[in-house]
Amino acid sequence: MSTQCAHPQVDYFAVFSLQRKLSIDLAQLERSFYRLSRQFHPDVYATKSPKEQQWSLDQTSLLNDAYRTLKDPVSRTEHLLRLEGVILEAGKSGVPKESRVPADLLEEVFELNMQLEEMRMNRKMGEDDPQLRSDLEKARATFESQLAAVDSNLKDQWTKWDATVGVPAEETWDANAAKIKNDMVALLDRRRYIRNLVRDVKDALEG
Amino acid sequence: MAESRIVGIDLGTTNSLVAFMQGDHPVVIPGEDGVNLVPSVVAIPASKQIIVGNPAGKYLASVPDRVIYSAKRLMGRGVEDVQDELNLFPFHLADDIQPGEILRLQLGEQQYTPPEISAYILRQLKKNAERYFGAPVTKVVVTVPAYFNDAQRQATKDAGRMAGLEVLRLVNEPTAAALAYGLDRKKEGTVAVYDLGGGTFDISILKLHEGIFEVIATNGDTHLGGDDIDNLLIAIALDDIDGELGLNLRDNAEAIQAIRKAVIEAKIALSIAETARISVQLPGGHPYHREITRQQFEQIIKPVLDRTIGPCRQALKDAGVTPEQIDDVVLVGGSTRIPNVRTLTDEIFHLSPRGKKPHIELNPDEVVALGAAVQAHILEGGSKATEDMLLLDVTPLSLGIEALGGVVAKIIQRNSTIPASATEHFTTGVDGQANVAIHVLQGERELAKDCRSLARFDLKGIPPMSAGLPRIEVKFLIDANGILRVSAREQRSGKEAEIEVKPTYGLTDEQVETMILDSFDNAEEDFHQRQLIEARNEAGTILAAVEKAPGSPAWLQLTEEERQQIATLSEELGVLKEGDDLHSLRAGTEALDKATRRFAELMMDAAVTTALGGQTMLSAGEKLGDGPIAPHPFAPAEIK
Repeated sequence: MSTQCAHPQVDYFAVFSLQRKLSIDLAQLERSFYRLSRQFHPDVYATKSPKEQQWSLDQTSLLNDAYRTLKDPVSRTEHLLRLEGVILEAGKSGVPKESRVPADLLEEVFELNMQLEEMRMNRKMGEDDPQLRSDLEKARATFESQLAAVDSNLKDQWTKWDATVGVPAEETWDANAAKIKNDMVALLDRRRYIRNLVRDVKDALEG
Repeated sequence: MAESRIVGIDLGTTNSLVAFMQGDHPVVIPGEDGVNLVPSVVAIPASKQIIVGNPAGKYLASVPDRVIYSAKRLMGRGVEDVQDELNLFPFHLADDIQPGEILRLQLGEQQYTPPEISAYILRQLKKNAERYFGAPVTKVVVTVPAYFNDAQRQATKDAGRMAGLEVLRLVNEPTAAALAYGLDRKKEGTVAVYDLGGGTFDISILKLHEGIFEVIATNGDTHLGGDDIDNLLIAIALDDIDGELGLNLRDNAEAIQAIRKAVIEAKIALSIAETARISVQLPGGHPYHREITRQQFEQIIKPVLDRTIGPCRQALKDAGVTPEQIDDVVLVGGSTRIPNVRTLTDEIFHLSPRGKKPHIELNPDEVVALGAAVQAHILEGGSKATEDMLLLDVTPLSLGIEALGGVVAKIIQRNSTIPASATEHFTTGVDGQANVAIHVLQGERELAKDCRSLARFDLKGIPPMSAGLPRIEVKFLIDANGILRVSAREQRSGKEAEIEVKPTYGLTDEQVETMILDSFDNAEEDFHQRQLIEARNEAGTILAAVEKAPGSPAWLQLTEEERQQIATLSEELGVLKEGDDLHSLRAGTEALDKATRRFAELMMDAAVTTALGGQTMLSAGEKLGDGPIAPHPFAPAEIK
């Protein structure tokens, strides 16, 4: 039976000698990744002792896991939140939890679900409704721009968060930090939900 | 004596090659026959008689059920996987193979697993390399299709071990090709490698930058290649023959192999010519001829080529790049010689509109082996030619654990750079439970039954505790070969859990061990057999010469004693020749040779005198000059 515990996380920022700041220079990250790969990769240790080879394997897998996590904005944010002790609903393993519908999208989601159902019925009958298609394309465009808005908001939160890093902790800063974290969790939830919507629309349109 | 080198081996479905880095560029090592390609064909006409490569192909006409080709299509697979192509293969499977069990081929009384067949091919390549270097070769880099799963990779490693080789690294074929391609060009940019071989298809998208070859995404089909094209043509020919000649040859192995040979020739011809002829001499004397145009051919094979489109699109999607962002497309594998493949890749990657063409300047049959040689060189420490070069590859399939309800929980995503790891925690459901079973799978589907079973791991020796108390930390590590390693520790007690691995479609370590020893025994026996045959031949030669001896005038110049000795020794040698005692046989040959030495000299003198018309050797010497010296007629052949 698999369990999900808040066990001490490895700090992927530390792997790259970075502070826990969310805005990252990706080009710099890639250069570091290549430099560290050249240093630790198993290919460099291919004719060394088994102990050294095992060490190289462990170091490189850690490096690769860290790079993969930090490269993607969402996994980077999730990683930081976990380091900060936040327990995220969707674990690394296991089936992700169903997200709640964002309140401001209730109407759109309700209408979308109807349209998707109609599309599925049409497909079964072998029919095609150009108007429905056009509506769904519009819906897709709407949700994609919603997604872009979420990403933009997330970046704003990053800036806020980064401003707190390295600054000596004070009471107000703690409350501020807590708020930023909560906002990011909410944004990630929203993002996940909308991304699923976009995926559902794409699937319905492409079949 | 040259030092031992690490070589690169392309273990292909249709052909295999071995190569090494010579100075600043890789070269292929030819076989004894001077040919670079070793057909991946193994004939076992009689027990312990193993023939590999070109010579093996001849047996397809006489004993097709004792010849195995395309064994790569059987590696890491089960009976369910190969059902559809079994009827076109001339060899048979054992009839008692259980689900999840490794395949066994039944040849007469003996059984062989696919890794063993591959091991024979690897052993041949090892011999070729050792002959070339004049030194032992024990360490290799072997290539595998990028889309090979864990079982298929492990089977390849097992084959290496059985052949007496330490496989330092498994390299993905498209990545190896990219290495060979990028070596002297110092290429930068985004490259797509389209590799269509005899049995497998891979598409890999790489980023090349300052010597780093980073695979971004890979996809493919390990059951798609030139063999499928051949099988389509064979099926059509069989239908044709049935229709026109009223002959149903679908169960006739010899006929199928004859047709197969003919369609392959036609297929190859159609890459250059607009029409070709399929000509077969069928059993019973019926000839079968059919003209086929390139247009008809393209129509027939379209379904096969179209199957490469999906993986290409998925790879582009996973890489997050559009076709326009691909700077270069490299074609690898013999099947890419088909003109329509070039047209297809042009379409998929939008090349013509950008004034580009797919790269075909590297020999598609050799490029993978050459790349493997480059990687072998890098692993050895490299040189100026390869400085700064590093391969960063990915795992092609997601790794997951079967969870409650038959659902798969993904723990490592596909296209993750390897080595990659994931740590999961488990606990027990029952008080005092000492074992925990984990089922690991590969694939992208949600349900375990739709994914590929990799192995079952039994974590043993968990200290007795109440249910739910133990915290078993399991680390899953996909190594640089793309093969999974599992380690586990119960965290409360700190105890390392003992892990028993039951690989699906694979062999346990113990089983591989026994197969290494078996191979060695056979090799010893084979070697002994060969030496015995050679010794018998030598004895035969000298005995034949002795038989003719009394016909020569020089015979009379021997003393009676000498003639008697020769007679006795040749009678003894005659008996030894029929026996198995190698040592005595050689001694007997040596003795007879010594006894006939003077006779040989006398014969030579007589011959020269006749030729020179009575002159002495000395005076004749000036006239003769430095001509070739006739070999001692009784001189034994050299033993290699």
